[in-house]
Amino acid sequence: MKEKHTARVLSQKEAAPMIFDMWIETELAKQALPGQFICVYTKDKSALLPRPISICEVNEDKTALRIVYRIAGQGTKEFSSYQAGDSIAILGTLGNGFPKDKAVGKKVFLMGGGIGVPPILQLAKEMDAEKQIIVGYRDGNLFLKEDLDKYGRVYVATEDGSVGTKGNVMDAIAAEALEADMIFACGPMPMLRAIKRYAEDKGIDAYISLEEHMACGVGACLGCVVKTSEVDHHSHVHNARICTDGPVFEAKEVDI
Amino acid sequence: MNMQTTLAGVTFKNPVMTASGTFGSGMEYAEFVDLNKLGAVVTKGVANVPWPGNPTPRVAEVYGGMLNAIGLQNPGIDVFMERDIPFLKQYDTGIIVNVCGKTVEDYVAVVERLGEESAVSMLEINVSCPNVKEGAIAFGQKADALFDITREVKKYAKQPIIMKLSPNVTDITEMARAAEAAGADALSLINTLTGMKIDVHKRTFALANKTGGMSGPAIKPIAVRMVYQTAKAVKIPIIGMGGISNAEDAIEFILAGASAISVGAMNFVNPYCTMEIVQGIEDYMRRYNVENLTDLIGAVQE
Repeated sequence: MKEKHTARVLSQKEAAPMIFDMWIETELAKQALPGQFICVYTKDKSALLPRPISICEVNEDKTALRIVYRIAGQGTKEFSSYQAGDSIAILGTLGNGFPKDKAVGKKVFLMGGGIGVPPILQLAKEMDAEKQIIVGYRDGNLFLKEDLDKYGRVYVATEDGSVGTKGNVMDAIAAEALEADMIFACGPMPMLRAIKRYAEDKGIDAYISLEEHMACGVGACLGCVVKTSEVDHHSHVHNARICTDGPVFEAKEVDI
Repeated sequence: MNMQTTLAGVTFKNPVMTASGTFGSGMEYAEFVDLNKLGAVVTKGVANVPWPGNPTPRVAEVYGGMLNAIGLQNPGIDVFMERDIPFLKQYDTGIIVNVCGKTVEDYVAVVERLGEESAVSMLEINVSCPNVKEGAIAFGQKADALFDITREVKKYAKQPIIMKLSPNVTDITEMARAAEAAGADALSLINTLTGMKIDVHKRTFALANKTGGMSGPAIKPIAVRMVYQTAKAVKIPIIGMGGISNAEDAIEFILAGASAISVGAMNFVNPYCTMEIVQGIEDYMRRYNVENLTDLIGAVQE
């Protein structure tokens, strides 16, 4: 059940330059699935639209959600100023989430690039599979790396080569000669395109989480669509709604 | 206390409606809003065939509002009749279907299909979408073109027709008079204002379509002014909209001359706001001892 309500910030810290790590106490944690997201609203009334932010982690009691986000503009800048005890308006939980059950007993890549790393954490926590976690960063600020270490073997790529493989997550796969039966990924569009091609070449399934500018977050406004290879069940054209039909899509279903 | 309002012989339980394109056909918001509490659901525009809409990005935030260039993506009238109408019929609310097209024949085809469905209370004819290149706004920015399409649609319509007017004209009252003269039963105003946003860091347009329709609280004074002027210029009733976010905003439009109001972009900010506005109008009427909502229509003191 989707709901908008005012929740409470439990803690916040800067995880890396411009990257913030916030825990929010909310009942929405009970229903949160890995790969789902919440919409966060600003207090600044001149900035109307909610900011979609992926769920990074759910605490053990399912009473709190963790979001890890980058300051991208005035809205996220406002969120970064929130401290423990502050109120925060959120809508959730939104989207479909990763189909983690498909991975049971398989050898998988869990891949995150940049601000696409956060949703990989809860997925890694919940997934029952042989997990190879491959994460890409700009530099040596490896936010969430230590959390990920608890749930599988982590391979790092950095653009500046300061840690792990120099380059991106695809370079890390090649450098480490890694293999998988299935891929789950979130990250920038060039990375997702590379994964889509890689999965097609290898003949394996890949589930990728997409992002797009959103207005409603609930499937009504048709702002956040992605081209699909087949006619979509809802739109009856080649467009699926990222907020409701996604954000996770099977790579071969979307034309990116 | 009576919150009912009547447009062209159709009575709605209250004046609160949803602005076309912001509420789908109600399905997505039924999780938040009791649709039975609304005066009417005004659906997303529907054409004779499915339309894919524009490339993304389709939406962008601007100060106090937003821009959209969805491009009237819709599944076409066949799917709409099979899926959306039966969904809405489960609720005790008015159903107003927004109709779009590229040619007069397109509009007429949709209007004729909707004539088969008695649950549809009224038709809102979209001649003012700024985001599609053919049809739509081409009919809404010249008085003679608006007159012609209104007359043509009226010939085939079984339900009363509402012409939805564009604010992107020199004189909206000239357009309103043309629609009225051609037989329109009511008017909706305003559609979005054409705007643009440039990302100075990337040096690109924020929207793939370059331009988009602006909505949200920032446009409200323009919309109130246009509703007021139009209400003075025509006798047919007006559904007022543009930046309504609470009951006071809604009442402002009603005092300016609107017989009903629609809530648009604010659904995205507060998915419960339509119901809150219904409650807020009731509270206002109680506070000021207003017996009939209709007593407030155009009641601003000159």
